[in-house]
Amino acid sequence: MGPFVPLHNISNELNLLIAFVIGLGFGIALEQAGFSSSRKLAGMFYGYDTTVLKVFFTAAITAMLGLIFLNFVGLIDLDIVYVNEYYVTSAILGGVIMGAGFIIGGFCPGTSFTAAAIGKIDAMWFILGSIVGILLFGETYRYWQEIYMSGYKGAVKISDILGIRDGYFALLLILVATLMFWVAELAEKKFKRDDITKEI
Amino acid sequence: MPDKQADTYINSKMKEKLRKPKKYMNPYAAGVLLGMVLLASFYLTGRGLGASGATRSLVIGGVTAVAPDHADNSLYFSKYLGDSQMKSWLVLEIAGVIIGGFLSGAWAGRLKFKVEHSPKITPKRRILFASLGGLLFGFGSQLGRGCTSGAALTGMSVLSLAGFVTMMSIFGTAFALAYFFRKNWI
Repeated sequence: MGPFVPLHNISNELNLLIAFVIGLGFGIALEQAGFSSSRKLAGMFYGYDTTVLKVFFTAAITAMLGLIFLNFVGLIDLDIVYVNEYYVTSAILGGVIMGAGFIIGGFCPGTSFTAAAIGKIDAMWFILGSIVGILLFGETYRYWQEIYMSGYKGAVKISDILGIRDGYFALLLILVATLMFWVAELAEKKFKRDDITKEI
Repeated sequence: MPDKQADTYINSKMKEKLRKPKKYMNPYAAGVLLGMVLLASFYLTGRGLGASGATRSLVIGGVTAVAPDHADNSLYFSKYLGDSQMKSWLVLEIAGVIIGGFLSGAWAGRLKFKVEHSPKITPKRRILFASLGGLLFGFGSQLGRGCTSGAALTGMSVLSLAGFVTMMSIFGTAFALAYFFRKNWI
Protein backbone atom coordinates (compact mmCIF):
# COMPACT_ATOMS: atom_id res chain seq x y z
CA MET A 1 0.00 0.00 0.00
CA GLY A 2 1.34 3.43 -0.88
CA PRO A 3 2.45 6.08 -0.43
CA PHE A 4 5.38 4.13 0.92
CA VAL A 5 7.38 6.64 2.97
CA PRO A 6 4.55 8.16 5.07
CA LEU A 7 2.98 4.75 5.76
CA HIS A 8 6.12 2.82 6.67
CA ASN A 9 8.77 3.48 9.20
CA ILE A 10 11.74 3.88 6.91
CA SER A 11 15.15 5.29 7.64
CA ASN A 12 16.12 8.81 6.68
CA GLU A 13 18.94 7.43 4.53
CA LEU A 14 16.55 5.33 2.46
CA ASN A 15 14.23 8.31 2.08
CA LEU A 16 17.11 10.41 0.76
CA LEU A 17 18.19 7.62 -1.58
CA ILE A 18 14.63 7.59 -2.96
CA ALA A 19 14.90 11.37 -3.47
CA PHE A 20 18.13 10.93 -5.41
CA VAL A 21 16.80 8.12 -7.62
CA ILE A 22 13.57 10.02 -8.39
CA GLY A 23 15.73 13.04 -9.23
CA LEU A 24 17.83 10.92 -11.60
CA GLY A 25 14.70 9.86 -13.47
CA PHE A 26 13.41 13.45 -13.49
CA GLY A 27 16.69 14.78 -14.91
CA ILE A 28 16.95 12.09 -17.56
CA ALA A 29 13.34 12.65 -18.69
CA LEU A 30 13.80 16.44 -18.92
CA GLU A 31 17.10 16.22 -20.79
CA GLN A 32 15.87 13.51 -23.18
CA ALA A 33 12.81 15.62 -23.96
CA GLY A 34 15.11 18.45 -25.05
CA PHE A 35 14.34 20.72 -22.10
CA SER A 36 18.05 21.41 -21.69
CA SER A 37 17.75 23.89 -24.58
CA SER A 38 16.16 27.29 -23.99
CA ARG A 39 15.57 27.78 -27.71
CA LYS A 40 13.59 24.55 -27.79
CA LEU A 41 11.57 25.56 -24.71
CA ALA A 42 10.87 29.04 -26.09
CA GLY A 43 9.68 27.48 -29.36
CA MET A 44 6.42 26.81 -27.55
CA PHE A 45 5.58 30.52 -27.52
CA TYR A 46 6.38 31.11 -31.19
CA GLY A 47 4.97 27.81 -32.49
CA TYR A 48 8.09 26.41 -34.15
CA ASP A 49 8.57 23.74 -31.45
CA THR A 50 5.70 22.67 -29.21
CA THR A 51 7.54 19.97 -27.27
CA VAL A 52 6.76 21.74 -23.98
CA LEU A 53 3.01 21.33 -24.43
CA LYS A 54 3.27 17.70 -25.56
CA VAL A 55 5.60 16.58 -22.78
CA PHE A 56 3.87 18.58 -20.07
CA PHE A 57 0.34 17.39 -20.76
CA THR A 58 1.34 13.79 -21.54
CA ALA A 59 3.22 13.65 -18.23
CA ALA A 60 0.38 15.19 -16.21
CA ILE A 61 -2.18 12.82 -17.76
CA THR A 62 0.07 9.76 -17.28
CA ALA A 63 0.57 10.52 -13.59
CA MET A 64 -3.10 11.46 -13.13
CA LEU A 65 -4.34 8.20 -14.69
CA GLY A 66 -1.72 6.24 -12.74
CA LEU A 67 -2.97 7.71 -9.45
CA ILE A 68 -6.61 7.03 -10.32
CA PHE A 69 -5.72 3.45 -11.28
CA LEU A 70 -3.54 2.77 -8.21
CA ASN A 71 -6.34 4.13 -6.03
CA PHE A 72 -8.91 1.98 -7.81
CA VAL A 73 -6.97 -1.24 -7.19
CA GLY A 74 -6.24 -0.19 -3.60
CA LEU A 75 -2.49 0.29 -4.00
CA ILE A 76 -2.40 3.92 -2.88
CA ASP A 77 -4.26 5.90 -0.25
CA LEU A 78 -5.06 9.17 -2.01
CA ASP A 79 -5.98 10.79 1.32
CA ILE A 80 -2.27 10.87 2.17
CA VAL A 81 -1.18 12.18 -1.25
CA TYR A 82 -0.51 15.90 -0.99
CA VAL A 83 -2.92 18.17 -2.87
CA ASN A 84 -1.60 21.70 -3.41
CA GLU A 85 -3.46 24.31 -1.40
CA TYR A 86 -5.15 27.07 -3.32
CA TYR A 87 -4.50 30.71 -2.45
CA VAL A 88 -6.23 32.53 -5.31
CA THR A 89 -4.23 35.77 -5.48
CA SER A 90 -0.75 34.31 -5.07
CA ALA A 91 -1.41 31.38 -7.43
CA ILE A 92 -2.36 33.82 -10.21
CA LEU A 93 0.16 36.56 -9.46
CA GLY A 94 2.99 34.09 -8.82
CA GLY A 95 2.13 32.38 -12.12
CA VAL A 96 2.16 35.70 -14.00
CA ILE A 97 5.61 36.59 -12.64
CA MET A 98 6.87 33.09 -13.48
CA GLY A 99 5.43 33.35 -16.98
CA ALA A 100 7.36 36.58 -17.53
CA GLY A 101 10.46 34.83 -16.19
CA PHE A 102 9.88 31.97 -18.63
CA ILE A 103 9.72 34.08 -21.81
CA ILE A 104 12.54 36.37 -20.68
CA GLY A 105 14.85 33.70 -19.25
CA GLY A 106 13.94 30.74 -21.44
CA PHE A 107 13.95 28.22 -18.61
CA CYS A 108 12.02 27.20 -15.55
CA PRO A 109 13.88 26.05 -12.42
CA GLY A 110 13.81 22.29 -13.19
CA THR A 111 14.90 22.68 -16.81
CA SER A 112 17.64 25.15 -15.85
CA PHE A 113 19.26 22.46 -13.69
CA THR A 114 19.39 19.90 -16.52
CA ALA A 115 20.62 22.54 -18.97
CA ALA A 116 23.37 23.64 -16.58
CA ALA A 117 24.28 19.95 -16.11
CA ILE A 118 25.18 19.63 -19.80
CA GLY A 119 27.15 22.88 -19.84
CA LYS A 120 24.67 25.63 -20.79
CA ILE A 121 26.20 28.76 -19.32
CA ASP A 122 22.98 30.76 -19.76
CA ALA A 123 21.23 28.19 -17.54
CA MET A 124 23.84 28.70 -14.82
CA TRP A 125 23.06 32.42 -14.86
CA PHE A 126 19.35 31.62 -14.72
CA ILE A 127 19.97 29.57 -11.56
CA LEU A 128 22.00 32.41 -10.08
CA GLY A 129 19.15 34.79 -10.91
CA SER A 130 16.61 32.50 -9.25
CA ILE A 131 18.73 32.36 -6.07
CA VAL A 132 18.65 36.16 -5.99
CA GLY A 133 14.90 36.16 -6.71
CA ILE A 134 14.17 33.78 -3.83
CA LEU A 135 16.40 35.76 -1.48
CA LEU A 136 14.64 38.94 -2.55
CA PHE A 137 11.21 37.45 -1.86
CA GLY A 138 12.32 36.22 1.56
CA GLU A 139 13.83 39.56 2.50
CA THR A 140 10.84 41.61 1.35
CA TYR A 141 8.23 39.10 2.50
CA ARG A 142 6.52 41.54 4.85
CA TYR A 143 5.36 43.59 1.86
CA TRP A 144 3.89 40.53 0.14
CA GLN A 145 2.58 38.67 3.16
CA GLU A 146 -0.97 39.89 2.68
CA ILE A 147 -1.01 38.93 -1.01
CA TYR A 148 0.71 35.63 -0.21
CA MET A 149 -1.97 34.61 2.27
CA SER A 150 -5.09 36.09 0.65
CA GLY A 151 -7.91 34.13 -0.97
CA TYR A 152 -7.27 30.86 0.83
CA LYS A 153 -9.54 28.10 -0.44
CA GLY A 154 -7.88 24.99 0.98
CA ALA A 155 -6.76 21.92 -0.96
CA VAL A 156 -9.57 22.12 -3.54
CA LYS A 157 -9.73 19.76 -6.46
CA ILE A 158 -10.87 20.92 -9.87
CA SER A 159 -13.17 17.89 -10.17
CA ASP A 160 -14.96 18.95 -6.97
CA ILE A 161 -15.45 22.48 -8.28
CA LEU A 162 -16.92 21.11 -11.50
CA GLY A 163 -18.94 18.57 -9.52
CA ILE A 164 -17.75 15.57 -11.52
CA ARG A 165 -15.84 12.41 -10.60
CA ASP A 166 -12.05 12.39 -10.94
CA GLY A 167 -12.21 9.83 -13.74
CA TYR A 168 -14.58 11.96 -15.81
CA PHE A 169 -12.34 14.97 -15.37
CA ALA A 170 -9.34 12.90 -16.51
CA LEU A 171 -11.29 11.84 -19.61
CA LEU A 172 -12.21 15.48 -20.29
CA LEU A 173 -8.57 16.52 -19.93
CA ILE A 174 -7.46 13.77 -22.34
CA LEU A 175 -9.93 15.06 -24.93
CA VAL A 176 -8.79 18.66 -24.47
CA ALA A 177 -5.11 17.61 -24.61
CA THR A 178 -5.70 15.61 -27.81
CA LEU A 179 -7.23 18.68 -29.40
CA MET A 180 -4.27 20.80 -28.24
CA PHE A 181 -1.78 18.24 -29.60
CA TRP A 182 -3.51 18.41 -32.96
CA VAL A 183 -3.32 22.22 -32.98
CA ALA A 184 0.32 22.00 -31.86
CA GLU A 185 1.25 19.72 -34.75
CA LEU A 186 -0.42 22.16 -37.16
CA ALA A 187 1.38 25.10 -35.53
CA GLU A 188 4.76 23.41 -35.96
CA LYS A 189 4.07 23.24 -39.70
CA LYS A 190 2.73 26.77 -39.97
CA PHE A 191 5.47 28.45 -37.90
CA LYS A 192 8.24 26.15 -39.06
CA ARG A 193 11.74 27.57 -38.51
CA ASP A 194 14.27 25.14 -39.91
CA ASP A 195 17.09 27.60 -39.24
CA ILE A 196 16.36 27.37 -35.50
CA THR A 197 15.29 23.75 -35.16
CA LYS A 198 18.35 22.39 -36.90
CA GLU A 199 20.55 24.16 -34.35
CA ILE A 200 18.80 22.98 -31.19
CA MET B 1 41.79 -4.36 -50.53
CA PRO B 2 38.01 -4.03 -50.39
CA ASP B 3 37.87 -5.31 -46.81
CA LYS B 4 40.09 -2.58 -45.52
CA GLN B 5 38.20 -0.02 -47.53
CA ALA B 6 34.96 -1.23 -46.04
CA ASP B 7 36.53 -1.00 -42.59
CA THR B 8 37.58 2.60 -43.03
CA TYR B 9 34.18 3.42 -44.44
CA ILE B 10 32.47 1.91 -41.40
CA ASN B 11 34.95 3.66 -39.11
CA SER B 12 34.31 7.05 -40.61
CA LYS B 13 30.55 6.46 -40.45
CA MET B 14 30.83 5.52 -36.79
CA LYS B 15 32.93 8.56 -36.01
CA GLU B 16 30.38 10.76 -37.70
CA LYS B 17 27.64 9.11 -35.69
CA LEU B 18 29.56 9.66 -32.46
CA ARG B 19 30.21 13.31 -33.23
CA LYS B 20 26.64 14.11 -34.10
CA PRO B 21 24.37 14.46 -31.06
CA LYS B 22 21.59 11.92 -30.86
CA LYS B 23 18.06 13.07 -31.52
CA TYR B 24 15.79 14.04 -28.64
CA MET B 25 13.23 11.51 -27.51
CA ASN B 26 9.79 11.60 -29.09
CA PRO B 27 7.94 14.22 -27.00
CA TYR B 28 4.96 12.00 -26.21
CA ALA B 29 7.28 9.17 -25.12
CA ALA B 30 9.27 11.64 -23.00
CA GLY B 31 5.98 12.80 -21.49
CA VAL B 32 5.05 9.24 -20.52
CA LEU B 33 8.53 8.76 -19.01
CA LEU B 34 8.24 11.99 -17.01
CA GLY B 35 4.72 11.00 -15.94
CA MET B 36 5.98 7.61 -14.70
CA VAL B 37 8.74 9.29 -12.67
CA LEU B 38 6.13 11.64 -11.19
CA LEU B 39 3.83 8.69 -10.41
CA ALA B 40 6.72 6.83 -8.75
CA SER B 41 7.32 9.90 -6.60
CA PHE B 42 3.64 9.95 -5.55
CA TYR B 43 3.65 6.22 -4.83
CA LEU B 44 6.86 6.30 -2.84
CA THR B 45 6.60 9.61 -0.98
CA GLY B 46 3.03 10.91 -1.31
CA ARG B 47 4.36 14.04 -2.98
CA GLY B 48 5.29 14.90 -6.53
CA LEU B 49 8.34 16.56 -8.02
CA GLY B 50 9.86 19.93 -7.20
CA ALA B 51 12.66 22.22 -8.28
CA SER B 52 12.38 25.74 -6.85
CA GLY B 53 12.00 24.29 -3.34
CA ALA B 54 15.54 22.93 -3.58
CA THR B 55 16.89 26.35 -4.54
CA ARG B 56 15.02 27.82 -1.56
CA SER B 57 16.67 25.20 0.70
CA LEU B 58 20.07 26.32 -0.60
CA VAL B 59 19.18 29.98 -0.06
CA ILE B 60 18.00 29.28 3.50
CA GLY B 61 21.14 27.20 4.13
CA GLY B 62 23.25 30.11 2.91
CA VAL B 63 21.39 32.72 4.97
CA THR B 64 21.61 30.50 8.08
CA ALA B 65 25.35 30.00 7.60
CA VAL B 66 26.06 33.71 7.10
CA ALA B 67 23.58 35.22 9.56
CA PRO B 68 21.77 32.61 11.72
CA ASP B 69 19.90 35.23 13.77
CA HIS B 70 18.67 36.91 10.63
CA ALA B 71 17.30 33.59 9.30
CA ASP B 72 15.54 32.96 12.62
CA ASN B 73 13.99 36.40 12.56
CA SER B 74 13.00 36.27 8.89
CA LEU B 75 9.22 35.96 8.65
CA TYR B 76 9.48 33.87 5.48
CA PHE B 77 12.62 31.78 5.85
CA SER B 78 11.85 30.84 9.46
CA LYS B 79 8.76 28.98 8.19
CA TYR B 80 11.10 26.41 6.66
CA LEU B 81 13.89 26.30 9.24
CA GLY B 82 12.54 23.40 11.27
CA ASP B 83 11.80 21.07 8.39
CA SER B 84 15.30 19.74 7.79
CA GLN B 85 14.18 16.40 6.33
CA MET B 86 12.09 18.04 3.62
CA LYS B 87 14.97 20.41 2.90
CA SER B 88 17.51 17.64 2.37
CA TRP B 89 14.98 15.61 0.38
CA LEU B 90 14.60 18.38 -2.20
CA VAL B 91 18.34 19.01 -2.38
CA LEU B 92 19.06 15.30 -2.93
CA GLU B 93 16.33 15.17 -5.58
CA ILE B 94 17.89 18.09 -7.44
CA ALA B 95 21.35 16.50 -7.12
CA GLY B 96 19.73 13.56 -8.92
CA VAL B 97 18.29 15.87 -11.58
CA ILE B 98 21.71 17.37 -12.27
CA ILE B 99 23.45 13.97 -12.47
CA GLY B 100 20.57 12.47 -14.47
CA GLY B 101 20.67 15.39 -16.90
CA PHE B 102 24.44 15.06 -17.20
CA LEU B 103 24.27 11.29 -17.87
CA SER B 104 21.54 11.77 -20.46
CA GLY B 105 23.51 14.57 -22.14
CA ALA B 106 26.71 12.50 -22.09
CA TRP B 107 24.93 9.51 -23.63
CA ALA B 108 23.40 11.68 -26.35
CA GLY B 109 26.64 13.57 -27.07
CA ARG B 110 25.30 16.94 -25.94
CA LEU B 111 27.89 17.89 -23.32
CA LYS B 112 29.32 21.27 -24.23
CA PHE B 113 30.02 24.54 -22.45
CA LYS B 114 28.13 27.20 -24.34
CA VAL B 115 25.82 30.17 -24.15
CA GLU B 116 22.90 29.11 -26.29
CA HIS B 117 21.43 32.12 -28.04
CA SER B 118 19.77 33.25 -31.22
CA PRO B 119 22.28 34.50 -33.84
CA LYS B 120 20.40 37.82 -33.72
CA ILE B 121 21.52 38.59 -30.17
CA THR B 122 24.89 38.61 -28.41
CA PRO B 123 25.85 36.08 -25.73
CA LYS B 124 26.02 38.98 -23.28
CA ARG B 125 22.40 39.93 -23.96
CA ARG B 126 21.35 36.29 -23.58
CA ILE B 127 23.06 36.03 -20.19
CA LEU B 128 21.49 39.30 -19.05
CA PHE B 129 18.01 38.07 -19.98
CA ALA B 130 18.63 34.58 -18.54
CA SER B 131 19.63 36.16 -15.21
CA LEU B 132 16.63 38.49 -15.19
CA GLY B 133 14.28 35.63 -16.11
CA GLY B 134 15.77 33.52 -13.33
CA LEU B 135 15.25 36.35 -10.86
CA LEU B 136 11.58 36.67 -11.83
CA PHE B 137 11.05 32.91 -11.80
CA GLY B 138 12.70 32.59 -8.40
CA PHE B 139 10.56 35.37 -6.95
CA GLY B 140 7.34 34.14 -8.59
CA SER B 141 7.90 30.55 -7.46
CA GLN B 142 7.92 31.67 -3.84
CA LEU B 143 4.80 33.79 -4.21
CA GLY B 144 3.07 31.03 -6.18
CA ARG B 145 4.15 28.24 -3.77
CA GLY B 146 6.08 26.26 -6.35
CA CYS B 147 7.22 26.42 -9.96
CA THR B 148 6.32 24.57 -13.15
CA SER B 149 7.29 21.26 -11.48
CA GLY B 150 5.91 21.51 -7.97
CA ALA B 151 2.91 23.76 -8.51
CA ALA B 152 1.82 23.29 -12.13
CA LEU B 153 2.76 19.72 -13.18
CA THR B 154 2.47 18.02 -9.78
CA GLY B 155 -0.59 20.07 -8.88
CA MET B 156 -2.39 19.14 -12.10
CA SER B 157 -1.70 15.43 -11.59
CA VAL B 158 -3.53 15.42 -8.25
CA LEU B 159 -6.30 17.50 -9.88
CA SER B 160 -5.55 20.45 -7.62
CA LEU B 161 -7.29 23.62 -8.78
CA ALA B 162 -4.22 25.60 -7.71
CA GLY B 163 -2.11 23.53 -10.15
CA PHE B 164 -4.38 24.35 -13.09
CA VAL B 165 -4.59 28.05 -12.21
CA THR B 166 -0.81 28.36 -11.82
CA MET B 167 -0.20 26.47 -15.07
CA MET B 168 -2.57 28.74 -16.99
CA SER B 169 -1.05 31.87 -15.44
CA ILE B 170 2.49 30.80 -16.35
CA PHE B 171 1.78 29.78 -19.93
CA GLY B 172 -0.82 32.50 -20.53
CA THR B 173 1.61 35.23 -19.47
CA ALA B 174 4.48 33.77 -21.46
CA PHE B 175 2.27 33.68 -24.59
CA ALA B 176 0.98 37.21 -23.93
CA LEU B 177 4.52 38.61 -23.60
CA ALA B 178 6.08 36.51 -26.40
CA TYR B 179 5.61 39.27 -28.97
CA PHE B 180 7.64 41.78 -26.95
CA PHE B 181 10.61 39.45 -26.53
CA ARG B 182 10.55 37.92 -30.00
CA LYS B 183 13.90 39.42 -30.95
CA ASN B 184 15.59 37.23 -28.34
CA TRP B 185 14.24 34.03 -29.83
CA ILE B 186 13.15 34.28 -33.48
